[in-house]
Order: sequence, then C-alpha cells, then structure tokens
Amino acid sequence: MPLLNVEHMTHFFAGLRAVHDYSIRIEPGEIHGLIGPNGAGKSTIFNLITGVFKPTEGKVFFLGKDLIKLPPYEIAALGLGRTFQNLRLWRHMSVLEHIKMAQFSQITYGLIGAFFGTGKRNRQEKENTEKALKIMDLVGIGKLADQLVPNLPYGLQRRVEIARALAVNPKLLLLDEPTAGMNTEELINLINIIRHIHERTGVAILLIEHRMKFVTDLCERIQTLDFGEIIAEGNAEEIQNNPKVIEAYLGKGVKT
Amino acid sequence: MQYFLQNVVNGLQWGSFYALVAIGYTMVYGVLMLFNFAHGDIFMVGAYIGFFTATGLVALAAVGNIILPSWLILTLTMLIAMFLNALVGMAVERIGYRPLRDAPRASAAITGLMIGIILETGNLALLGASRLAFPPLIKPEVYNISGVYITNQKIIIIIIALSLTFMLHLFIRKTKWGMAMRAMAYDFVITPLMGVPLNTIIALTFALGSGLAAAAGVLFGIAYPVLGPYMGIIIGWKAFVAAILGGRGSVLGAASAGFLMGFIEIFVVMIFPSTMRDFIAYSIILLILTFLPNGFFGEPFSAKLRL
Repeated sequence: MPLLNVEHMTHFFAGLRAVHDYSIRIEPGEIHGLIGPNGAGKSTIFNLITGVFKPTEGKVFFLGKDLIKLPPYEIAALGLGRTFQNLRLWRHMSVLEHIKMAQFSQITYGLIGAFFGTGKRNRQEKENTEKALKIMDLVGIGKLADQLVPNLPYGLQRRVEIARALAVNPKLLLLDEPTAGMNTEELINLINIIRHIHERTGVAILLIEHRMKFVTDLCERIQTLDFGEIIAEGNAEEIQNNPKVIEAYLGKGVKT
Repeated sequence: MQYFLQNVVNGLQWGSFYALVAIGYTMVYGVLMLFNFAHGDIFMVGAYIGFFTATGLVALAAVGNIILPSWLILTLTMLIAMFLNALVGMAVERIGYRPLRDAPRASAAITGLMIGIILETGNLALLGASRLAFPPLIKPEVYNISGVYITNQKIIIIIIALSLTFMLHLFIRKTKWGMAMRAMAYDFVITPLMGVPLNTIIALTFALGSGLAAAAGVLFGIAYPVLGPYMGIIIGWKAFVAAILGGRGSVLGAASAGFLMGFIEIFVVMIFPSTMRDFIAYSIILLILTFLPNGFFGEPFSAKLRL
C-alpha cells in the first residue's frame, strides 16, 4: 500500500483552475520532488493534501485513509508534517515550545492532569521534552532550546520549521521551498541535514523546490508542474533533459 | 494609616471581580481576536447559576436534615457554577460565534452584543424583574488586626481570585492546551497543521473564561448578595476596560489591570464624594492609557499577543 496516493486531484479557486488532474504515489521512505515556475500550483497541492483546502475533485489517501473527510489536525496527527514557503513560526515562542506544540496529538493527559500536575502529566512532559531535544539535535539546533525564534538567523529559523514538522512523528514530510532565501553554503548544509534526517528516521519526503541542484541531488523522482498540470515526470536526468521542462523554466527557443 | 490599609483590602476585593471577568475577555481576544461582548452577561448567568446551586444545596440540606458545613456548600457551589457556566460559554461560542468564524469581525462583535441582550431579557422573562438575594454562604466574622477590620468573606474572595488567576496563568504557560492557545493567538492557519484541534481549543478558551466569570459571580453574590438581570453590564464594561488596559491577550495583564482598577475606584472614594467615583476613576485610567496605549503587557502589533 502506498503511503500517499493522490488520484486525479483538481482544484478551482473561484473559477480559476489552480490544479488540474494531479496524481502522485509515494511509497514509504521515498524522496519526491515537485518543481515548476512560480504560480504553477505547487503550494496549493500541499494545502490540498494537508487539508487547508479540500479539492474540488479527486481523491487523496494517506495510509489508506481518505483525507478529504478529515480536518487538518487529524491529518497532521496521522503523520503528515509540513513546512511553509514563507516561514510560519510562532514568533513569541521559544524553539523548544515550537517542537512541544507539534507533539500535541501525542500527549494524552487530560485537563485535570493539566491543572493539578498529576504524575502522568509530569512523566509525559518529561518524555516529550527529551524527544523534542533529540529532534532538535537531528537538525542541528540542539543548543537553542530556550531561544525565541525571531532572535535566530534565517537559516536556523528554517531548521526550526523542519524540526517542528518532525515533531508530529511524520511518515511523510512535506517541505515547501526549504531553500528559499538561502545562500549556497546554507543550501549545502540543508541538503546534508535532509539526507541525515532521511537516513535516521526513514521518513518519506515530498519537496517543492526552485533550485535544480537541490532537487536533482536529493530526489529519486521528480514531477514538473506548469499551470497546475504535470508536464513531466521522471528521475533527475530525464527531467533535466525534457524539452517541456526547459521550455517552462527558460522559455521557448533556448538551446541547451 | 489604618484607613489606608482598610482601603487596600477593599480595593483588592473589588478588583477581584474585575480581574476574574477581564481574564475571560482577554483570553477570547487572544485566541480569536474577538471581543466577546456577551461576557459581562455570562458573568451574570454565572452568578444566577451560583444562586440556584447554593439555594438548592441549602434547601437540600434542610430537607434531608443534614448539616452541611458552609465551606462545603461554598466549594460545591463554586465548582458546580463554574462547570455549568463553562457549558454556557461553550454554547455561546458554538451557537453565536462559530458560524461567523470567517465573517467580518464587526458581525461577530454585534453577535456578542445581541447574545448579551438575549441573556438579560431571557433572564427577565424567566425569573421576572424582582431581584434575588444570594444565600449567605459564609457566616460573617470580623477580625480586627490592629485597627484594620477584615471580614472572613473578603479574605476568602481575595484568596480565591488570586489563586484562580495564578492557576490559569500556569495552565497557559505550562500545558499543551495553554501552549495551543498561545500558538493560535499568533497563527490561526498553521496551528491545526501541527495536529492541534482548533475547535476544541476555542471551546476550551470560552469554557475557561466563562468558568472564571462564574467564580466571580459567586464571589460577587457573597459580597453583594443582590442579583439582577442587568448586573453584568457595568461590571462587564469595566472588566473590558481592564482587559485592554492590561494588554490585549495577556492574562496577568488583565488580572493586574483589574486589581488596579479596583484600587483606583476605592481610593477615589476615599478622597472624593462617592458620586464622583467613576467620573474621576475613569479619567485617571484614560490618562494611563494615553501614556501606555498598548496597555501594560500589550504589544503594538496586534498579531503579536501574549497569553
């Protein structure tokens, strides 16, 4: 059974077709890439999978469950972690609080425990703090637990987002342009971190990216999107040599 | 000096009501960016629920010929009133506000005003215009501490108000629900994508705020045992002022502003005739707000809230 199975998904925004007949199958542990020019509908696909919007047509299954019927928080709790194109951090909260917030669905103590500090609460809080610190180590922000996020440099804020996405215990990680605004050094760092996460946790990854190097380095399979439609699909080499991809990216009449 | 200390105690008691009600305003604002204008009337409903619970318990004890100690009746009244009023608050959210979640804020604001009027007039229709007398739950005892007269009622009211405020503060800082409220205060869209159930947290916010309002209602009934359907309006308005003065979205801010307003009102009466009380007290508060336009703990940018 595939981890994620999207079948013929189409979505309209007030008559405007943002996504048309999009399908993808992701098996456990795979890394997929989604590329395409600005406005091609890539982030919309993430929003449709994670339940921010519900698709006009089509089906989305995750672990065999129909996601269209579920609210976003249940979808996340099933094991879908995501990051955002523009950083969406809680700017008044510390790094550790970010990670612990994303553990919400794994914490089972009740309201009474919360008010009166039962043993169960204290035990769970302690376990989860330890787990959170491990996740932070994994992405290399282990020493920043008590920092408020606005005080961190941009590249590290990106890592906080990835750590937060990992804290929901994801089986699939959706990364929306993780390298946006990064310089080459930070980019190479991030490639290594994502490889490291993938090796250690075996999580499947679907990532949206603009930078070809990043995608071709990491992804086993790549889809190219233009005007909401898949125009090409294949491995790194096939995509790089596909004339349609070159046209969408560089315009007509360019020779490579 | 004794006169001064006497008024400190009075100010603490008077501020307790404002503080507990103001927290409800500020919590809902923190999470939803919405002023729940029905909150003063939710306080009124809480006082009435407290009245019926207390009266019922006293009557029950009389019928069954059981001697219930007054502290037990008080505790039970508090807990039952807080619980039932929490349900009232959740119902207000479910019926009044949730359908308008994506509507313009002004629509949600008038919803609050309308719910308030419905609660007042509903009460009037059900129970009539006659005022009700809250049963005396605490046998008054007066202690004379070197010239300062303190009743046991005042001590109980102040201690309960302070400890509830402190408990709520810990709840918001230390637990996953409190953290979820703070996260939602900042970003409504992405917080559910981290596995946080939006509607549960919003319902909980209303429940906690309304529970505290019921506690304030019961305590108010103990101190001023006359209940009327419009008793929530003035307290509601003033607690709303306290919520803003404390900094929108800040629990400790709302509580401290509530106590400060209690002090200001009491001390104005200490010096000026009592008919001038609100005129002078609120001129002072207006002046404070002029110099601290964001309130005590508020931040200038409205999306950056602290719970």
